[in-house]
Amino acid sequence: MSPLVELTDVAFAYGERPVLSGINMAIPRGKVVAIMGGSGSGKTTLLRLIGGQLRPQAGQVKVADRVVSELRSGDLYRFRRRLGMLLQFGALFTDLSVFDNVAFPLREHTRLPESLIRDLVLMKLHAVGLRGARQLMPAELSGGMARRVALARAVALDPMLILYDEPFTGLDPISLAVIGNLIRRLNDALGATSIVVTHDVHESLAIVDDIYFVSEGRVVAHGTAAQMSDSALPFVRQFVHGEMDGPVPFQYAAPPYGEDLRLGRP
Amino acid sequence: MIDWFLDTFGSVGQRVLQSVRRLGYAARFFLLTLAKSGTSFARFGLVVKEIYAAGVLSLVIILVSGLFVGMVLGFQGYNTLARYGSESALGVLVALSLVRELGPVVSALLFAGRAGSAMTAEIGLMKATEQLVAMDMMAVDPVARVVAPRLWGGILSMPLLSAMFSAVGVFGGYLVGVVLIGVDEGSFWSQMQAAVDFREDIVNGVIKSVVFGVAVTAIAVFEGYDAPPTAEGVSRATTRTVVTSSLVILGLDFIMTAFMFRG
Repeated sequence: MSPLVELTDVAFAYGERPVLSGINMAIPRGKVVAIMGGSGSGKTTLLRLIGGQLRPQAGQVKVADRVVSELRSGDLYRFRRRLGMLLQFGALFTDLSVFDNVAFPLREHTRLPESLIRDLVLMKLHAVGLRGARQLMPAELSGGMARRVALARAVALDPMLILYDEPFTGLDPISLAVIGNLIRRLNDALGATSIVVTHDVHESLAIVDDIYFVSEGRVVAHGTAAQMSDSALPFVRQFVHGEMDGPVPFQYAAPPYGEDLRLGRP
Repeated sequence: MIDWFLDTFGSVGQRVLQSVRRLGYAARFFLLTLAKSGTSFARFGLVVKEIYAAGVLSLVIILVSGLFVGMVLGFQGYNTLARYGSESALGVLVALSLVRELGPVVSALLFAGRAGSAMTAEIGLMKATEQLVAMDMMAVDPVARVVAPRLWGGILSMPLLSAMFSAVGVFGGYLVGVVLIGVDEGSFWSQMQAAVDFREDIVNGVIKSVVFGVAVTAIAVFEGYDAPPTAEGVSRATTRTVVTSSLVILGLDFIMTAFMFRG
């Protein structure tokens, strides 16, 4: 079976600043795959390329055998209807209640009667454990709850592919475990494929099937969660075990220390 | 000296080029919004919601300001007209000043400060908190769903607000001129009725308020959509909306007045 998402020799730059170069990835159907790397390594850019928000300067991004960058506006929107995306802080519509946020994609893209929309929304909210919070406004939710509502909204149309942009950022350990669990369970229940961009190692190792490590715009390692956990590759080891020094140096590039302190000078 | 001159000349040129580029971008955004207005008319409830936000919620400031402007016109007009023994023409002065000029211009300036700034801040914050990206990723066009209804809500609200400003202003002039000072009520209303021409005065006033509505709302939604997604970016965009709208209103008013009432 062909992979659902395939990136071939993808390169991308913001103006003169290159962000990605020669990226190759194949995300199999039905899997939960993490893309990990430090801040500024190009992870979110990869997600935006897959979602069609950005176009690569070289190479191609294929989703479900269609080249995303070649889709025209109408086709791109039709493609996105089969896509769910959870943004970093949920991005709930602040003027809508929890219920209306989850109902939003259903009301925009279907002509279902309101009674059926109500049932579907309650089912999605029940799946994330927030059926009882349907009347609340986003300002009344904690960070973890907002993320769960956004997750219910992202899967409202039963997408084939779910993209997660840093879903664990700023969450307490309980919320973190809940979101991690939901990502896995919803993916399996919907028969979807999930791509999780994150730098949270421990939560990811527990829920994902495969991991891609990205550094300085390139894929530096790829394998199953177990392989990556035991990897001897210096970058992966430093990242997984949170070591202070390694291929990613602790010290920002600077002249020799002694020279800076003017040691040995009269 | 020559270097300094060249540097200054170059930097002025850069700024002019940037401004022209931004103006072109804004014009393109305006046309794009018009082209994507289909949703606003197919689901008119979205526009009605914006008329409430931009129009109904601006009513208090518009009505109170209209009343005070009308009352001041009553005092000043009486003071001037009394010197020539023409106090009975107070109604004409108040009505023409309001319908032709002050109604459209002052209500547009107030609208820019109250509703325009709110539109910019709301759209800018939606951008900063990634709500527009989320909408786009849900295959819902933010220009069609968020920007266009606000544009039409503003365009439809402005002439109504302007008309209410003028009506309340005339009432304010009546309160001061007739009730407080004692100008003859019959001549106040009859001279006003005789002098104010529907086509020449009322329609031209409405045209002005529609043009101001388009200008203010287009500036407000563009500044919000184009705002850098930071607290400082949204704050600057909101300020720009009020400043640019005010200058554009006064400039457009001069141009339209020159065409409409050149005699």
